Amino acid sequence: MRINFRTLCDKGAGGMMFILLILSVVLLIAMGIGLWFKAAPVLEGRMLKDLLFSANWKPLKGEFGFLPFVMGTLWITGIAIILALPISLLAATFLTEYARPVIKKYVFPALDILAALPSVIYGVWGTLIIVPWISEELALLFVEYSTGYSALASGIVLGVMILPLLVSLFIELFSAVPNDLREASLGLGATKWQTTHRVVLRKTIPGMIAAVVLAISRAFGETIAVLMVCGNLAQVPNSMFDAVYPIPALIANNYGEMLSLPLYEAALMFAALILFVVVLLFNLASRMVLYRIEKKSN
Amino acid sequence: MKFFIEKLMRVLMILSLLLVFGFVFSIVFTIFSKGWSAMSWDMITKLPGGGFYIGKEGGFLNAIVGSLYIVGASTLLGLLISIPVVFYLNIYLKKKSKLAYVTRLAYDVLFGVPSIVYGAFAFTIMVYLGVKASLLGGIIVVTLLIIPIFVRSMDEVAKEFPREILDATYSLGATRLETIRVVVRQIAPGIATATLLSIGRAIGDAAAVIFTAGYTDSIPTSLSQPVATLPLAVFFQLSSPIAEVQDRAYAAALVLTVIVLILSLLGRYFTNRFSKNKLK
Repeated sequence: MRINFRTLCDKGAGGMMFILLILSVVLLIAMGIGLWFKAAPVLEGRMLKDLLFSANWKPLKGEFGFLPFVMGTLWITGIAIILALPISLLAATFLTEYARPVIKKYVFPALDILAALPSVIYGVWGTLIIVPWISEELALLFVEYSTGYSALASGIVLGVMILPLLVSLFIELFSAVPNDLREASLGLGATKWQTTHRVVLRKTIPGMIAAVVLAISRAFGETIAVLMVCGNLAQVPNSMFDAVYPIPALIANNYGEMLSLPLYEAALMFAALILFVVVLLFNLASRMVLYRIEKKSN
Repeated sequence: MKFFIEKLMRVLMILSLLLVFGFVFSIVFTIFSKGWSAMSWDMITKLPGGGFYIGKEGGFLNAIVGSLYIVGASTLLGLLISIPVVFYLNIYLKKKSKLAYVTRLAYDVLFGVPSIVYGAFAFTIMVYLGVKASLLGGIIVVTLLIIPIFVRSMDEVAKEFPREILDATYSLGATRLETIRVVVRQIAPGIATATLLSIGRAIGDAAAVIFTAGYTDSIPTSLSQPVATLPLAVFFQLSSPIAEVQDRAYAAALVLTVIVLILSLLGRYFTNRFSKNKLK
């Protein structure tokens, strides 16, 4: 009798845990469907391509062209990746191929801190350090005047924010390369950099692409830090010193007003849907690649 | 030539590493130097007074307490939900199960979904249900936000769980459910690190609660009242044109940074310390 009770517990608990597990997968699907339903009014009678590629943003007249926001997001993400990629690649290479273990002891806590700092702190840092630096020094070299609240400022802040993610992904990838390959290359007389460059880096290219895609999708959704330094002007930027208005900032800035105009609300939900879909696709693709690599190395 | 490139790359690598340290130092130094001069005892022990937003008396105790409410409740809920999930993933399901693969993928994607999307989604649900921006809304959305972090980092540790120990418990007649006592004890350091990680993310997130928790000058006394949070206190006060109010933003930023720094260092300490006496 006692044994029956125990197996019953086992089965019952298993069922409950199974439900919890399924719920979490359902949450992901529900998110997509929920946002889709909310965004449906703005999609009605409008072409997707008009929504995405028109620069007419006049919510009060019912014109919703997302081009300024899409371009804003692309600009700042692009700048962030261009800045963060070489730094993280070099740092990760140094840590896995060159550095003695002692150095890691000091670097990892620093990366931990970068990863842990809330985005609003990055925003404060951006407004205090990066924005004045751009408007008072850097911008004067290139353009006549810039407030500093610009695509570049957002890009720099974002770049620093995705650094720890990129470095830790790269380190994981590089450490998975078997040592035999390195030794073979060194034995042929290659220098350490030649080995790194021609063997380690080449071998991890698919993984690196996946890591970068993951970082891009992280940068896409970053809200508060970017909101504080981007300038919030609904225009298509011409240079990196222009103010931008990325999609997450659009949603966060207008959360209060959006209830008064149903179509406006739908448009903002459409913005959230764009973010969701892009992040979903990018994440799915890159995670699947990374899983495969992980499996191979085991 | 190749030795020259070798030297050059080495210099570049060290430079980029220094750059990383430079960023960390610059951020922490900026927050501390700005925040320290604005800091006072009143800031963290008093609620906003009457003329708070034009630079008069008061502090941001409302935001500190609000953040603690949200973080405490959502961490507890998150633990209650994610421990069973991780346990099921690793003990009940087989190593090569399709379901486990799909679930892990789903959690990885959920981890990547921006918090503003969580906020927007939760907000629409709340509007649909007729719930106003409140403590309850904040707790729910932050719980949803940190569950993926919990599951992913605990799963990382649980995956390494030695099968032999499982076999040993089974051979003693334990059911799968009863092995949870052994498993939880073994992955305890993982749970601790995951908790610290989640608290750090939960306390720092602003984009999700901006929709769902609202903002208020008082400490909520029930779940249906709006609640202030530290990141939003920083954000709102910094956008004020008055210097005194901006100073409070810096002080609030300092409080937030100190909390996060302590959590992050504690996390490192836990991983280093407890991974030594783990059975392998």
